[in-house]
Amino acid sequence: MDYFIELFCSGLTRGSIYALIALGYTMVYGIIGLINFAHGEIYMIGAFTSFIVATVLSIYGFPLAAIVVVAGVAAAIWSSAYGYTVEKIAYKPLRHAPRLAPLISAIGMSILLQNYVLLAQTSDFLPFPELIPEFAFMEPIAHIIGSSDIVILLTTTVVMLALTFLIKFTRIGKAMRATAQDRTMALLVGINVDRVISATFIIGSALAAIGGLLIASHIGQINFAIGFIAGIKAFTAAVLGGIGSIPGAVLGSLILGLTESFATGYISSDYEDVFAFSLLVLILIFKPSGLLGKAETKKV
Amino acid sequence: MLELKNVETGYGHIQVLHDVNLTIHAGEIVTLIGANGAGKSTTLMTISGIVPCRRGQILLRGQEIQALSPDKIVALGVCQVPEGRHIFADLTVRENLDLGAFLRTDKVGIKQDLEYVYSLFPILAERRHQSGGTLSGGQQQMLAMSRALMARPQLLLLDEPSMGLAPLIITQIFEIIKAINKEHNTTIFLVEQNAHQALHIADRGYVIENGRIILADNADKLLSNPDVQKAYLGI
Ligand SMILES: Nc1ncnc2c1ncn2[C@@H]1O[C@H](COP(=O)(O)OP(=O)(O)OP(=O)(O)O)[C@@H](O)[C@H]1O
Ligand SMILES: [Mg+2]
Repeated sequence: MDYFIELFCSGLTRGSIYALIALGYTMVYGIIGLINFAHGEIYMIGAFTSFIVATVLSIYGFPLAAIVVVAGVAAAIWSSAYGYTVEKIAYKPLRHAPRLAPLISAIGMSILLQNYVLLAQTSDFLPFPELIPEFAFMEPIAHIIGSSDIVILLTTTVVMLALTFLIKFTRIGKAMRATAQDRTMALLVGINVDRVISATFIIGSALAAIGGLLIASHIGQINFAIGFIAGIKAFTAAVLGGIGSIPGAVLGSLILGLTESFATGYISSDYEDVFAFSLLVLILIFKPSGLLGKAETKKV
Repeated sequence: MLELKNVETGYGHIQVLHDVNLTIHAGEIVTLIGANGAGKSTTLMTISGIVPCRRGQILLRGQEIQALSPDKIVALGVCQVPEGRHIFADLTVRENLDLGAFLRTDKVGIKQDLEYVYSLFPILAERRHQSGGTLSGGQQQMLAMSRALMARPQLLLLDEPSMGLAPLIITQIFEIIKAINKEHNTTIFLVEQNAHQALHIADRGYVIENGRIILADNADKLLSNPDVQKAYLGI
């Protein structure tokens, strides 16, 4: 039973990281109908930024809590700047082009960013400092759930609640929902749609960066290619939950995380990806719009 | 109030509006009638800045607006109720109305206008927590008009507000258009297939055919014009 709970907890942790990344895919898709293939790279850049900041700060002997906060904020800002810029130079000029054009532009951006980090940094795996210590009070249950799992779960919960609040109640949140539903009408009530799109990229990128920091510290190493696999997994989760749907992205991510965790624990870690993608194939066959997606997604 | 000078627009390689000239004075109700595909909706979308104006000028109180973005045009007091209503289906009635007032900051005024539209259409007050997509066609039209009113527009562009509605509701909608014009001195530019009703409440009218304005006159003159009677009034 302990083993089951342990797998369950690690599945939740995994799933909540996927969720942080999947939200960026689903929000961008909801607003402009584009699969932003460069999103995984934004996450990777977030991990690198927090790596650099955390390494420098730990050399100067800052306390861990301060390092985590500063690295997280720096990564969120820096990734957002990348996300914002990618939209402006690679997608905005193609807004009225056929749908395939921005998609290819997105793939190009993904390759560009990966290679840019490869050249600017290194192709080796870099050891990521352990930012989350083992808490003493966690001792009795440490064999079931680790301290960093708890921190990840709490952080993602807080982030999700903040995002829900933002989307439901703030002015920009209402503008985002309106734009996602009907772009023309959003323009006709006076919403600056360009600004809404930028805001979406900024928010999605910041979430991915926080995910980058958390998982890098959890796993303990990063390199330039981590965005690719994480991106594909998060994308799978977003499709699973119904791309364009925010609760769907969270649900899909948790299901994916749990599936992987149980598959790894009870069968073999070699089959982790097989299960993840089989799940995707099954969903695409039986419910192509995803678990919480809308059946008619006629985006023009 | 609004003046279109030699306006030309189109989509891709197709030109839709050819050399359109029209004038709307402050406080008037002006109607634009024409057959399907004549370019009525395109005219309104061009005024709102959604379809880019390729040539010519659009002047609002003497100021050129044809190069402004749609949100700037709304900020200048020009609001449109588009064809097909475009209700935000997953948002509640109240949220739809709030979005109408998106650019406003005067809380007191917004509250007053909310009361005002609820008094015009009590059913909306009753259904305010219901999502927009679950309203009936007529209720959606009421919501679409109310949402535009929430912006407190100086010029209201209405695209076929009677489309698909029962005769009784149509009469009610036209009454309310007249009331909005009288009580708030809102200038109204009304696009209609329902030429008869439109010409009855309008001061003046334009007739558009294949993207060209072919007639412009006072509404009562158009009502008695034999060509208009034959083509648009079915007499
Ligand atoms: N988005 C678009 N892309 C290409 N062509 C369009 C588009 N919208 C309208 N058109 C074309 O422009 C012409 C005028 O269309 P418009 O919608 O302005 O007509 P309308 O007078 O409003 O007609 P209706 O009474 O049927 O609403 C039509 O020939 C139509 O096919
Ligand atoms: Mg039309």
